[in-house]
Amino acid sequence: PALQHIQKTTYGREEKLTSYRDITSYNNFYEFGTSKEQPAENAGRFKTAPWTIAVEGEVLKPRQLGMEELMKLAPLEERIYRMRCVEGWSMVIPWVGIPLASLIKLVQPTANAKFIEFISAADDATMPGVRAPILDWPYREALRLDEARHPLTILALGLYGEMLPGQNGAPVRLVVPWKYGFKGGKSIVRIRFVEKMPQTTWMRAASTEYGFYANVNPTVDHPRWSQASERRIGTGLFTKRIATQMFNGYAEQVGQLYTGMDLRKHF
Amino acid sequence: MISKSLLPWVKRCLFLLALLPLSRLFWLGFTDQLGANPVEFVEHSTGTWALVILLLTLTVTPLHRVPGWGWLVTLRRMLGLFMCFYASLHVLAYIWLDHWFEWSAIIQDIAKHPYVLVGFLAFICTIPLAVTSTDGMMRRLGKRWKTLHSLVYLIAILAVLHYLWLVKQDISQPLGYTLILAGLLFFRLHRKLKNKI
Repeated sequence: PALQHIQKTTYGREEKLTSYRDITSYNNFYEFGTSKEQPAENAGRFKTAPWTIAVEGEVLKPRQLGMEELMKLAPLEERIYRMRCVEGWSMVIPWVGIPLASLIKLVQPTANAKFIEFISAADDATMPGVRAPILDWPYREALRLDEARHPLTILALGLYGEMLPGQNGAPVRLVVPWKYGFKGGKSIVRIRFVEKMPQTTWMRAASTEYGFYANVNPTVDHPRWSQASERRIGTGLFTKRIATQMFNGYAEQVGQLYTGMDLRKHF
Repeated sequence: MISKSLLPWVKRCLFLLALLPLSRLFWLGFTDQLGANPVEFVEHSTGTWALVILLLTLTVTPLHRVPGWGWLVTLRRMLGLFMCFYASLHVLAYIWLDHWFEWSAIIQDIAKHPYVLVGFLAFICTIPLAVTSTDGMMRRLGKRWKTLHSLVYLIAILAVLHYLWLVKQDISQPLGYTLILAGLLFFRLHRKLKNKI
């Protein structure tokens, strides 16, 4: 179903969009299976309405938010972002969403709140992947509070002007375009404001391979593969890889968040 | 038991059968069905078929000892060569489609990443086996031929290691191939020990 009243923005206007078919048929969403095709095949039975998100922890005004309320927090915006997967492929996706900052403002974090944790749905009745002990379910991701407040960080509710399909993280997911795709928790049911840096799912699974920050960085390789270049999805069999950009091309907007940090250590 | 006149036909059928995975890739390519990441699809498909055919090759020895199935052994050379063929396509896809002959990037990738290195070593080992697969080479090498061709066990171990190390988290698929290989190796070890007693 189409989303109404979407404001156009200038983000990513120069990019060629990845097709709707590719964006919705090539997914990493292990709750629906570990192959790229399984999420689209298995997400059909997943119920996304009604949906509420519990927002809790170090906040003055904890809330249970329904989707209707969430959509009224800020005008829906189209954000065309590059998405770089840690596996070395990338897409250009026209997301529809709201700035995460508008939700943060609503619940008013306390002075103790330093990080935000995002917890995804893990319903073993409708998510077959959850029955396998591949990862420590439910899926958890987290951001530092200043990263979460950054204007580029959004809660996405749709893509190509339509509500998100299940395989892309319906009904609401996180999108942080300067980080590897796995930072964007899908089908979020709980948002917790905390004082200490949370352990994320992939850090638990392999701490030497996936760090907390996971900023796109062509100069810091994944232990098992290079991150210097990427394959843009949808460009066909006979197209070269393209060079990966620092912070996925968003260095100008987000670089200052990491001044003074050793990005080899905080990968 | 298969009669001698039938055997050439069995070989021809196997030849055509072994070309099916490649024909399928061409078909999917021409009809735009290779999916969102066609390069990855071609790499995975050729790699998987090289491994499947390698395991089939190793299955011939246990099976040809079944009474009446001795003819199977005449198919082993063709299977081995097809394994080498699909492994070559796999390496070609990696060098050409994935890296566009950027040798410095390829060499770095091999040197820095163990899963690429073991895969590359496995491929290198298949070359002498393919080269010495002719009747003439078998005669010339005599006893040494068998010693040389026991490299196939090393190739198989490196190949499953390559697969195990490359997957991100869900190792169920490579584990399946590892268990099949373990079974095939166990059969040989068991026989060898039994023969000694």
